[in-house]
Amino acid sequence: MADFEVPELTGEIIIPKVSPGASRHIQQFKAKPELMEELKFSAEKGSDWKEKFLLAMEDILKKYKSVRVFLDICVRCGSCADKCHYFIATGDPRNMPVYRQELMRSVYRKYFTPAGKLIGGLASAKELDDDLLDEWFTYFYQCSECRRCSVFCPYGIDTAEITMAAREIMARIGVASKYNYEIVNKAMTLGNNLGMIPVALESTWEFVEEEIEEKLEEVGITGVGVKLPVDVEGADVLLVTPSADFFAEPHIYSLEGYAKVFHQAGISWTLSTHASEGGNFGMFIGNYDHMRTINKRIWDAARDLKVKKVVAGECGHAWRAMYSFSNTLNGPFDFLKEKSPQHICELTLDLIKKGALKLDKSANDEFTVTFHDSCNVARATTIGGTPGDQFTIPREIINACCNKYVEMDPETCGEKTFCCGGGGGVLTDEVIEIRVKGAMPRMQMYSKIKESHGANFFALICAICKAQFTKVFPYYGYEMAEVGGVHQLISNALVMGAKEEV
Amino acid sequence: MNGLSSVFNLLAYLAAAVFVLGFLSKVVLYFKTPSPLKIPVTPAPTTSIGVVLRLIPEILFFRSLLKGGTTEKILWLGGWVFHVSFLLIVLRHLRFFTYPVPDFVMSIQQIGIWAGLVFPIALLILIVRRFTNERLAIITLFADYFVLVLITAIGATGLMLKYITRTNLVDVKAFILGLVTFSPTQMPDSTMFLIHFSLILVLLVYFPFSKLMHAWGVLISPTRVQVDNPREIRHVNPWA
Ligand code: SF4
Ligand code: SF4
Ligand code: SF4
Repeated sequence: MADFEVPELTGEIIIPKVSPGASRHIQQFKAKPELMEELKFSAEKGSDWKEKFLLAMEDILKKYKSVRVFLDICVRCGSCADKCHYFIATGDPRNMPVYRQELMRSVYRKYFTPAGKLIGGLASAKELDDDLLDEWFTYFYQCSECRRCSVFCPYGIDTAEITMAAREIMARIGVASKYNYEIVNKAMTLGNNLGMIPVALESTWEFVEEEIEEKLEEVGITGVGVKLPVDVEGADVLLVTPSADFFAEPHIYSLEGYAKVFHQAGISWTLSTHASEGGNFGMFIGNYDHMRTINKRIWDAARDLKVKKVVAGECGHAWRAMYSFSNTLNGPFDFLKEKSPQHICELTLDLIKKGALKLDKSANDEFTVTFHDSCNVARATTIGGTPGDQFTIPREIINACCNKYVEMDPETCGEKTFCCGGGGGVLTDEVIEIRVKGAMPRMQMYSKIKESHGANFFALICAICKAQFTKVFPYYGYEMAEVGGVHQLISNALVMGAKEEV
Repeated sequence: MNGLSSVFNLLAYLAAAVFVLGFLSKVVLYFKTPSPLKIPVTPAPTTSIGVVLRLIPEILFFRSLLKGGTTEKILWLGGWVFHVSFLLIVLRHLRFFTYPVPDFVMSIQQIGIWAGLVFPIALLILIVRRFTNERLAIITLFADYFVLVLITAIGATGLMLKYITRTNLVDVKAFILGLVTFSPTQMPDSTMFLIHFSLILVLLVYFPFSKLMHAWGVLISPTRVQVDNPREIRHVNPWA
């Protein structure tokens, strides 16, 4: 099935021996000049690329405290070195976070520090050249911006910040990943990462309505009339989900779940054809303006539709963009009546606690569920109001709708969670090797809990995680169907219809 | 005052000036460089007091290192003992800078001496791990050995001064007090002291331009010092 070696599942995560260059050959396709031009970057690498590169770097050093400080203060203690899933899976030293950073730091020393300018090599400063640039392109696209390294760093140095900066610098000289910049372009022009136009969206949503109806009919429930309202002015809630929720499996089952929750709780809500995407690849490429433009659609739609609040669907980086960044990018949101954005899990758990939803746990009895903390939710945001709620809330929801829940090794959960291996703009097929390998630490833990407790449902609250794991599970010999969303479980268990008994 | 003394007095002031100005200019640079976005690594505190409480164990106990495995535990041991004993040694040295010597400086003299003895052991751990661990060997740069060797040399010459080539402490104190009160006087007549002192000047000059700025960085790292309240309080990006 694969022309590379899929790691063996042993239930253990073992730090490998260092193997220089082991993942050097894995590279994303490069974006075409027309695309780069359309996105207002340099069309392609010209003869003056070095000057442009350094200008871009200087600009970023002036604008981002994180980059400036992180480049200066790393002591190369090595604490982060074996914490990256891509290093654990490949042994390539360039995938050690500190050594990934070194790609930028060596250039920083050469052109931006007195020692590097004076004594060059002795100060470990490196001259820019095509080779180095190629290494940048390889390894800054082998970072999923998951922030795991930062947790273990005595100064919280976050390689994701360096990666984002590096991608932006490269884009400004016209060197960029096709996959990421195409998605950014689609989101900017059409409003979603899939490039779906409004009519297509509407018919997809109708289809989902029919699906829900049919499934309910199969179990003998008729006439519930769960709707996916579109562009309804004056609805209380605007729901913004990753667009993958509209058609991909298992994403779509969570969409059904959200719709059913709103229906049962009697909340008036709407989707928007203008804001049809929660995801924001502007974040992955470290481009502030594009990120803001993409994010702006959500708040424009909220204003136009006169909703009371905005709720976000299951997606890790989308939640980061909405929760952490949108108030800065496009706030303040004083035109909304309620605290926004809210995470769908916050809303659902609230409703469960209020008794507004009736759940039949036995509907999920075929599943022994485990939960993977998505890194963007775990390490870049919170859900709820208290630190750590992002870990408890999804688990509480699962426990409210399932009888059998098991936890993977706690050393790999919560803030120490491993990335799925496909986040941060790595989710493209030409780099399937790094994706499959990068998933290895998480797969080991899943195989272990499968072995010991019979886990057979891998619950997620991230669209990229879902896409990544459904792709990767078969490589490890597991069924795609074991991967699913938290609201998929809710959807299964939610008792529809009249609410007298509640 | 002989010529050598004049030169060293001058060098001392120069080094001190480079250190202070260099350090301050970095502090100002970092302060002026904006944080466009909220990027605390979560779970993060939702209040400023919470941030202080987050930082204290990071600074005093290198808490994040303790989250790691065996390699980090060894590093923690070496690093923590190194920093604490370094601090104690510096505090002990305050007796050369003050007259009359404050009580607390007197009270730590003994523990300062012990610190001087474990200090080299900690340094040894920090050095040896750099070439015995395969990952560290790759990431270690010349600068990393340079600063370790420099500090080792400072410690070694210090210990020699104390235990082997005993120096006249009255002279040392007079010299240092002269420096700090801006009334320079004669250098103590001791080659070992001269080396010890010179190396310290090198360290001072090197400090602001090196990774040693982590001493300040740990206090301002955006991922650790930001409050996690983006929904409640709008974080404003000054350049957008
Ligand atoms: S843990 Fe932090 S300080 Fe240590 S090597 Fe990694 S980035 Fe540098
Ligand atoms: S952010 Fe994640 S993927 Fe990137 S270097 Fe750190 S641990 Fe690796
Ligand atoms: S896809 Fe999921 S696990 Fe992967 S980086 Fe994003 S949030 Fe993390």
